[in-house]
Amino acid sequence: MDLTFPGKVARKSLRRLRRQEIVVIPLSILLFVFLWEMIHRFSGLPAFILPGPQQVWLRFWGAVLDGSLLRHTWVTLAEVLIGLFLGALIASALGYLLAKSPTIERWLSPYIVASQAIPIVAIAPLLVIWLPTGLYSKILICALIVFFPILINTLIGLRSVPDDLRDLMRSLRANRWQTFRLLEVPAALPVLFGGLRIGAALAVIGAVVGEFVGADRGLGFLINVGRGQFDTSLVFVAVFSLIFMALALYGVVILLELRFLRWQKRNDQTDLLVEKR
Amino acid sequence: MNSSPETNTEVLLARNLSTVFPGPDGILRVLNKLTFRIREGEFLAVLGPSGCGKSTLLRLMAGLLRPTSGEILYRGLPIREPLPDTGIVFQKANLMPWRTVWENIFLPLEVAGITPQESKERVRQMIELVGLEGFENTLPRDLSGGMAQRVAIARALINNASLLLLDEPFGSLDALTREQMEFELLRIWQAHRITAVLVTHSISEAILLADRILVLTPRPAQIQLDLEVNLPRPRQQNLRYTPEFAYLASQLHTAILERI
Repeated sequence: MDLTFPGKVARKSLRRLRRQEIVVIPLSILLFVFLWEMIHRFSGLPAFILPGPQQVWLRFWGAVLDGSLLRHTWVTLAEVLIGLFLGALIASALGYLLAKSPTIERWLSPYIVASQAIPIVAIAPLLVIWLPTGLYSKILICALIVFFPILINTLIGLRSVPDDLRDLMRSLRANRWQTFRLLEVPAALPVLFGGLRIGAALAVIGAVVGEFVGADRGLGFLINVGRGQFDTSLVFVAVFSLIFMALALYGVVILLELRFLRWQKRNDQTDLLVEKR
Repeated sequence: MNSSPETNTEVLLARNLSTVFPGPDGILRVLNKLTFRIREGEFLAVLGPSGCGKSTLLRLMAGLLRPTSGEILYRGLPIREPLPDTGIVFQKANLMPWRTVWENIFLPLEVAGITPQESKERVRQMIELVGLEGFENTLPRDLSGGMAQRVAIARALINNASLLLLDEPFGSLDALTREQMEFELLRIWQAHRITAVLVTHSISEAILLADRILVLTPRPAQIQLDLEVNLPRPRQQNLRYTPEFAYLASQLHTAILERI
């Protein structure tokens, strides 16, 4: 194990981001803030409809200093992380089972596909009613929302294990556990990480949906509060925090990929959206 | 060293070996009542047109497949599953892309429950044998086709295999690398003197390497020709340009073309 991993890999990935992008990204943010300020200034919209960057910035510091932002962020982050973890764990375990047993797949796949037809927003109120108050219902919503993409990617990943390598393991008389550990896990990992990337972004949405429906803390709750009090700046602060959280999670998944998928051929340019393979 | 196999002990025996696969219209007869034997220390080449069932035959010997009828025995016992002393080299190098050269060669030992510490010397020997010193930590993506196949050969031999099965190992290499690898294989085999079965569709490769050549007919495959290659060993690169070589090649060529 490489103990120096986060720093080393982060440096490497930064180097991979082209210099151009290092200039372009801050510039584009600057341009965005400038346009926002212009619209705010010249449209004549009142602050409770469109606050300016400056007001949001001040509100942000206010929320940071009174500790409320950190408290609510922490709650949402906990829901997202626990939900993502549980959802990914159960989905990949079930995915493995489905990949191994066509019978189980035939029996379960109609339900799994049907479960995707249910809009999570529609059943969120039910979950909030059924589960005890607190984080449980939000964690469950997060887990449900990440479940499907990770399940499917596990399935695809395991199916993509080359037959020749399976033959190799058989010819070496590897047992089931060895085949799992030495072949199936590493071979399926790239696709599994793809599912995790999607899952990380979806989990944040899941947590906010749950908090909208019924919560007394979290960034989704903060948005509701801001709206109710015509404190639109607070809504902006919460929204930006959510964006930042989703980006950070996405970044963590990419760092994990860089660490565990070092063997993959990569272009020296890492695209932010899609890895060029 | 003498060219003939040291003993006449029979290692492998196939009797009325047949294989049938379910095909698009009914059944696909692949192998049709093959009977042959392989002697200890012999290098046998199986030659035949593409899709004639050569690889199926190899999979039967590897224990990856069971015959539909007939039997295949290794040292007197039927092959029902992969045997511990068989090493396989696949068509493509078939390396694990996430493992380095060292780790790929170490894989069979790891599966056998041997620790990396205990394996160091053995892996080092194999790396030296196939001439990959200095590439221990290289990933497969950075290896050329020939180097990757060297790793595959080392991996097949590291378990002290006494039966080496090669399934068109050099089919995907360019002509020059292929010639070079054929001689590498010859050198390695001469150092180990184990029983080897090479599946190939290259006539010159078969003559160059083998003590004996089995020519299969198109599907359903039968043995069309069982030819002894009485060329002296160790064999040299210029063997290709001798009259004896040409004579064998033309014999094989005629046999194969006759049935297509």
